[in-house]
Amino acid sequence: MAKHHGRGVATINYPIGMNLGGDPSQALVHSNPTGKFTVSLSSIDLGQGMKSVIRQICAETLGVPVADVYVDTADSDTGPHCTGSFASRGTHRVGNAVMVAAREARAVMMEAAAEELEVDPGDLETDGRGNIRVKGAPHRSITVREVAMAAQFKQGKTIAGRGIFLVPLSDVDPETGEMSPATCYAHACVIVDVEVDDETGDVSVLKMTSAYEIGRAINPKMVEQQLVGGAWMGMSHALYETVEPYYPDPREGPRDFNEYLMPGPGDICPHEIVVLERPAPDGPFGAKGIGEMCANPVLPAVANAIFNAVGVRINDLPITPEKVLRAIKARGGAVPQARMR
Amino acid sequence: MLEFRKDIFADERDDNLLEIGQPTQRQDMLGHVTATSRYYDDHRFANLLHLKVLRSPHAHARIRSIDDSAAARAPGVKRIIRAADVPVNLNTLLSLMQFGKDDEPSLATDVVRYKGEPILGIVATSERAALEAMALVRISYDPLPAVFDVEEALKPGAPSVNPTYPKNTFEYHGKYDHQKLRFGDVDAAFAQADVVLEDRYQMSPIEHAPTETNGSIAVPDTNGRIVVYTSTQALFFSLDTAAKINALPSNQLHFIGGTVGGGFGGKVDTMTEPLAILAARLTGAPVRYRFSRHEEMQFGSPRGAERIYIKDGIMRDGRIIARQVRAYFDSGAYTRLSSYAVIKCAGHIPGPYTIPNVSADIYCVFTNRTPATAMRGFGVTAIDFAIECQMDKDAVAIGMDPLEFRMLNAYRDGDMKAHRREAKNCALIECAQVAAEKAQWPLRDEFRRMSSRQGGAARAGVTDRSRMPAPAVPPRVPASTTQRVTYERPMPAVSPAATPPPPPPTPPQPPAPAASGHGARRFSSVFGTRRR
Amino acid sequence: MKTPIQFRLNGEDVAAFVEGGANLLDTLREIVGDLSVKGGCWQGTCGTCTVLIDGVPRLSCITLAETCSGSSIETAAGLRRGSELHPLQIAFMERFAAQCGYCTPGMLMAAKALLDKNPNPTRQDVIEAISGNICRCTGYEPIINAVLDAAREHARSRA
Repeated sequence: MAKHHGRGVATINYPIGMNLGGDPSQALVHSNPTGKFTVSLSSIDLGQGMKSVIRQICAETLGVPVADVYVDTADSDTGPHCTGSFASRGTHRVGNAVMVAAREARAVMMEAAAEELEVDPGDLETDGRGNIRVKGAPHRSITVREVAMAAQFKQGKTIAGRGIFLVPLSDVDPETGEMSPATCYAHACVIVDVEVDDETGDVSVLKMTSAYEIGRAINPKMVEQQLVGGAWMGMSHALYETVEPYYPDPREGPRDFNEYLMPGPGDICPHEIVVLERPAPDGPFGAKGIGEMCANPVLPAVANAIFNAVGVRINDLPITPEKVLRAIKARGGAVPQARMR
Repeated sequence: MLEFRKDIFADERDDNLLEIGQPTQRQDMLGHVTATSRYYDDHRFANLLHLKVLRSPHAHARIRSIDDSAAARAPGVKRIIRAADVPVNLNTLLSLMQFGKDDEPSLATDVVRYKGEPILGIVATSERAALEAMALVRISYDPLPAVFDVEEALKPGAPSVNPTYPKNTFEYHGKYDHQKLRFGDVDAAFAQADVVLEDRYQMSPIEHAPTETNGSIAVPDTNGRIVVYTSTQALFFSLDTAAKINALPSNQLHFIGGTVGGGFGGKVDTMTEPLAILAARLTGAPVRYRFSRHEEMQFGSPRGAERIYIKDGIMRDGRIIARQVRAYFDSGAYTRLSSYAVIKCAGHIPGPYTIPNVSADIYCVFTNRTPATAMRGFGVTAIDFAIECQMDKDAVAIGMDPLEFRMLNAYRDGDMKAHRREAKNCALIECAQVAAEKAQWPLRDEFRRMSSRQGGAARAGVTDRSRMPAPAVPPRVPASTTQRVTYERPMPAVSPAATPPPPPPTPPQPPAPAASGHGARRFSSVFGTRRR
Repeated sequence: MKTPIQFRLNGEDVAAFVEGGANLLDTLREIVGDLSVKGGCWQGTCGTCTVLIDGVPRLSCITLAETCSGSSIETAAGLRRGSELHPLQIAFMERFAAQCGYCTPGMLMAAKALLDKNPNPTRQDVIEAISGNICRCTGYEPIINAVLDAAREHARSRA
């Protein structure tokens, strides 16, 4: 009777946005009279950080500080249509929509600034700190606040923009399945170290080491949130969660969190994450979506690590101690495999 | 701990940005830590009523009679809502995209098809009053045979679950009971493979378990409109679904949400809004319909369980030359979104690998359980689990390092995918290299030097018919689109045994008259299953 | 038949009439109007509704309101002193220890109970203190780190 160490790996990719496309999102951007911007959306923030990601994309596109942008979400009277927060689509679809809207608003802002400074709009640039200045002559500048005031009260211009992003719906061939599922893909490789107790069947995840390629990290702290939390959920799906423990027998379903198991704070492990960025040609600043793909590779990596530790393959999720013990017994005992270096 | 490898793909990025890439604080964080973020249930209304639904105790039964007279007279009860009260009782979620037939009632009429199916609603002055009244409802049932296993459900003589799809499978393209994927010739390749491995994988149904359960509050507004505070993940999707079921013009509804206590796919199905709105209309009062945790666990839609069979044909030098998949999505009693996930799964096969011969048949199957829905990784998590476990077994079978085996077969820029689109913007190899380095998993030099940007295109090339001139195959195919039958890979000398060069796999069938890849179409034209 | 009860809520006297069997969660939210307390399961299994009763973390959804008469109750609404955030709130922000934010109030209160009692907790102490609180988003790591940061900051500010 012993505890055996094992290591497993998985590599995956993940399609961004609704499969086949056909899932538009819109955004509206406008300035108030003193040069502060509001983004109106009907998109949902369910924790993934929609409001914050869109805020940074909008600020970058407008060329103003992030503090000068506020994102208002999810009111059907004021926010234009969004297909919804799912399918890892928010950053990609809504991000693109807000870029279109922000570019339109920025163009008006630059025109209004040009009129005030009596130069060509093409000669102007934003400094990202709330000023618009003549390229090569930074002393000739005007604040965004002054431009917004002038546009509103002097020039009669609306500093506003509309945006929509749509990947047109793809056909599917009935005979071959030929289709365009997605326009870009995120990637991941996860290596998981586990310890398997051959007496109890208990599996402890000791460490995760991962590389995620996500196009562009709009906000590294929020990327970390998704990747750490997502990997936890992947580990949970691999080892703990089920609403039908004896599926397809529907009996014995859990009714509460005492019966529906998930790893608690004492069950987590160190997770070393490396992020790669290969910009998606059609992503906002190259960004892809990371909400879903972060959980996926952990499930098979855990299963493969268990095989490496004790030589049994569990093909049915979740991999409970009961299943591990039965498999070890069927194999006549734990058979540790070659150490993965 | 999170670190960046900015050196990789640096030549493809403009890193000269001001706000993008900054660790800016979340816009909603102050609200969260001060407990002032307003979720749907943080809105207060005088004289709020509460809706609870009575759910079937049977997985499959005919309803013989319902006697709710005592419940209607119970203290605090304002209204009983029966199926006949629902203006458009039958709906399917993707009907807004004209995909699939209306197959699910808001409240069951003559038959219940899963344990937990709503039968009637009770609107009362408190949840407690509604639950106490519920205990007074008398329903008599004739239990019917039920089916719970996806493969049993497809056998002749299996109980029919869903009368809209009497054969227990969703209908694709108006003629098939599954979605096909065909690329190359798997049978010929299996005959040539050194090793053929087949296995079965079974996912479990999973509960999304957001800490905030599903719910909504419908509030009669001035001028006849109704304001709905909701936990939905998709505001207009839920608004339009609720408008359809209530036979209301969409502008009579004003949905407010956007700050939601977790979702993970479990708040797409619009499970509470339609009946909350109906209850508000019938009583003229604000009505809250909030799932209990038990309801959320057992009767809120789960991630459906998928059963997947994979068969791989592998050469001793490490190449996968064929992959065949048969998969069954357990949709539960009604369609909801599983039909969509089947297509997504088909488009994902064979995973991020370049394999010249691929075949898949994916079924959306009806069983007598809670209807399944989307969850984080919808349509992909299960097939990724199956593929990546299978990859490990393949590597062991030919005595190769499992990570190097994946890298050898990884897709690269210019490769042709099984759904007949060129791979672009690939980065699987680089992820493997970086993770291996970090975890001190030594890779041999040739694998450390590999690149997603080199060595593709020449491998397993087939015609990308989306690029071919419509409408038909020209008599003389231009050289650039000629089907290649060679399958060249940079081959590290890793073969455990000397093997003769493998015969080339049979190329895919010549393309049919081209359909353009992406074009503005509707799901109805894609699948021919429109029925409103 | 309603029963009158009185308690202190975040330092203020509160009186309410409650139904027999009413729980503290509903009483705080529906009668007193403290919406900082969230309900997650209404069956005592998720920790979302955690409040402090006389300094001890309790699940308000399974606490009878009538038993709280004369008690001193703390909720997340009382953490902030005017515009000044509690060290735990600052640490949660700096560690990005909230995503959907729904478990955060209960998590903060469970952590506060720990720090009030043990200003120098170990990582294991923190894990045990929050082990009754379910978070579905973060994977717990940032929450554990935030509580440890807050303890360190608290110690520093008193040194």
